[in-house]
Amino acid sequence: MTDASTLRARGERRTRILLLTPAMLLLLLAASGPLLIVLVYSFLTPGAYGGVEWIFSPKAWFNVVAEVDFFTDELVFADAHLTVFWRSIKLSLITMLSCLIVGFPTAYFIATRPAGSRDMWMLLIMIPFWTNLLIRTFAIMELIRNQGTVNTILMAAGIIDEPIQMLFTEFAILIGMTYVYLPLMILPIYASMERLDFNLVEAGYDLYATRWKVLRKVIFPLVKPGVVAGSILVFVPCLGAYVTPRVLGGGKQLMLGNLIELQFGQLRNWPLGAALSLTLLAIVMIALVFYVRAVGKEDAGHGH
Amino acid sequence: MATKGFNVRKQTGFNSIAMFCFVMLYLPIILLVIYSFNAGESIAVWEGFSWRWYVSAWENEKVQDATIRSLIIATCASLIATSAAVLAALATTRVKPWRGQTLAFALVNQPLMVPEIVTAVALLIFFAMVKVATGYTGLAYLIVAHSAFCIPFAYMPIRARLQGMDLNLEQAGADLYGTPVKVFRHITLPQLWPGILAGAMLAFVISLDDVVITEFVKSAGQDTLPTYMLGQLRRVITPEINAISTALLAVSVLMVIAFFLLNRTRK
Repeated sequence: MTDASTLRARGERRTRILLLTPAMLLLLLAASGPLLIVLVYSFLTPGAYGGVEWIFSPKAWFNVVAEVDFFTDELVFADAHLTVFWRSIKLSLITMLSCLIVGFPTAYFIATRPAGSRDMWMLLIMIPFWTNLLIRTFAIMELIRNQGTVNTILMAAGIIDEPIQMLFTEFAILIGMTYVYLPLMILPIYASMERLDFNLVEAGYDLYATRWKVLRKVIFPLVKPGVVAGSILVFVPCLGAYVTPRVLGGGKQLMLGNLIELQFGQLRNWPLGAALSLTLLAIVMIALVFYVRAVGKEDAGHGH
Repeated sequence: MATKGFNVRKQTGFNSIAMFCFVMLYLPIILLVIYSFNAGESIAVWEGFSWRWYVSAWENEKVQDATIRSLIIATCASLIATSAAVLAALATTRVKPWRGQTLAFALVNQPLMVPEIVTAVALLIFFAMVKVATGYTGLAYLIVAHSAFCIPFAYMPIRARLQGMDLNLEQAGADLYGTPVKVFRHITLPQLWPGILAGAMLAFVISLDDVVITEFVKSAGQDTLPTYMLGQLRRVITPEINAISTALLAVSVLMVIAFFLLNRTRK
C-alpha cells in the first residue's frame, strides 16, 4: 500500500535528483572524475614524448622519494624532490607564521572598532583578496626587483650602492605568499574575535593581570579555533602554490606546484607528475581534517 | 589596575601592526596603478603622466584577443555555474536532511579544497584524452573547466540567501493552488534574486582571474588575459602590463564592492 506521504517523499527525491544533476555532472566531469584518471596515470609508464604507455608500473610512486643511482645502481633518496618538498613545507609554515603575526593584531584591531565600521574595515581586507592573484604577485615583483621601487629608493637615499637581489629568492616567495594569503588568516580570526566577550577581558584586568597575560591567558584561548582555522587556510594554498613561486622564484626556487608542472612540461614524466600531485593532495587532505576539527569545535563552543 | 581611562580593548602595538597591514595590502597595488600612467618605459622611475600604455594595450591585437576570450569564458562559465548552483542550492537548503547530502555538499565544495594545480593536471590529462578522441580543440574545454570551479563560489551566496528566506510564503503560495513552477517563479525567485546576482558576479570574477587551470587546459593560441600576462612576465616588462592589470583590477574591485552591497541589503 502506498500512502500519500511515501508518494510525496518519492516525488521529493526525484525533484532533488533532478535539481542536483547539472551541478554534479559538471563537477564529476571537470573536477572529481579527472582525479581518478590521475590515480590511474600514476601507475603507468611514461611515454617518450609526454603522455603515457599503458603498462603498469609503480615506479612513479617510488620516484617520488627515491631513485636508483645512475652509476652505482644503488637506491638513494631523490634529493631534488626532497629539497622541493622541504622547501614547500618550510615556506608554507613560515608564511603561516608571518600571516599570523600580522593578521592576529589586525583582526583584533577590526574586532575592537565600533560595530558599525567593522564591515568597512573587513571590506578593505577583502578587496585585495578578490582581486587577481597574478596581479598582486606582479605588484610585489615590481616592488622588490633589482630596478624596483625598494631598491631604487634605497639607492637614491645612498643606503646601498648596488641593488639587493631579492627577486628569485626564497625570501621573495615568502613575501609574495604572505601578501597574497594574509586575508585568509584575518577572516576566521576576526570571525572568532567578533564574538569575544570583553567582560572576560575586563575580569582578567580586575584580577591584576598584565596586558600580555590577558592576551595570552584570556583572549588567545578564546579565539584559538579561529587561529587554527586561519593557519590551515593559509597553509593549504601555500603548499599548492604555483603562480607566486613561478613569478617570484623565477624557476630557480621550485615549490611542489612547479615541480609537478615540470613533469608535465619539460621533463615529460606524466606518471611521476601524477604521483606528485596525489602526494600533494594527500598532505592537503590531512591539513583539512585538522581544519574541520577546529571549525567544528568552534561551532560547538559557541552553541550553534 | 582598572583605573579611569583604562581601555580594556587596547593591546600595545596592535594598532600599529594593523595600520602597517593595511598600508602593505594597498601600497603595492597603488604603486602598480600609478606606474601604469608612467610616460617612460620604466616601472620604477617616474617620468610624467601619460595614457600611452593604455593606448598601446588597447591597440595590441594579442591583448584584444585575450580580452575577448576572457570575457566569453567568464560570461559563459558564470551563467552555467550560477544556473547549476541555484538548482543545487534548492536541493540542499531548507530540506529535511537526506542520505547523501553530506556527499553532495562535499562534491560542490571540492574545487575549494583540492589544490588548483592538482585539478589543472587532472584536467590536462582528461582533456588531452578527449581531444585525441574527438579532434575538437575549441573553447568548450575552458568553459566547462571554469564552470566547474565556479560552482562553489556561485553556490555560497545563493545558499546563504535561501537559508535566510521564509518558507511560509512558499507554503502560502502552494496552499493557494500555485503549481511548484509558479511558486518558484513568483515567490522564490524574486526573493532569491540578490543572491543569484551576487553568486554570478563572484563566479565571473573568479573565472576572469583564473591562471593555473587555464594555463594547463588551454590549447595553443587560447590565451586569456591572465595567461597572456603570465607569458609576458618572462620578457622585459613595460608599463603596458600595469595598464592591463589596472583595467582588470578595476573590474574586480567594482564587482567586489557591488557584491558587498548586495549582501548587506539582506540584513
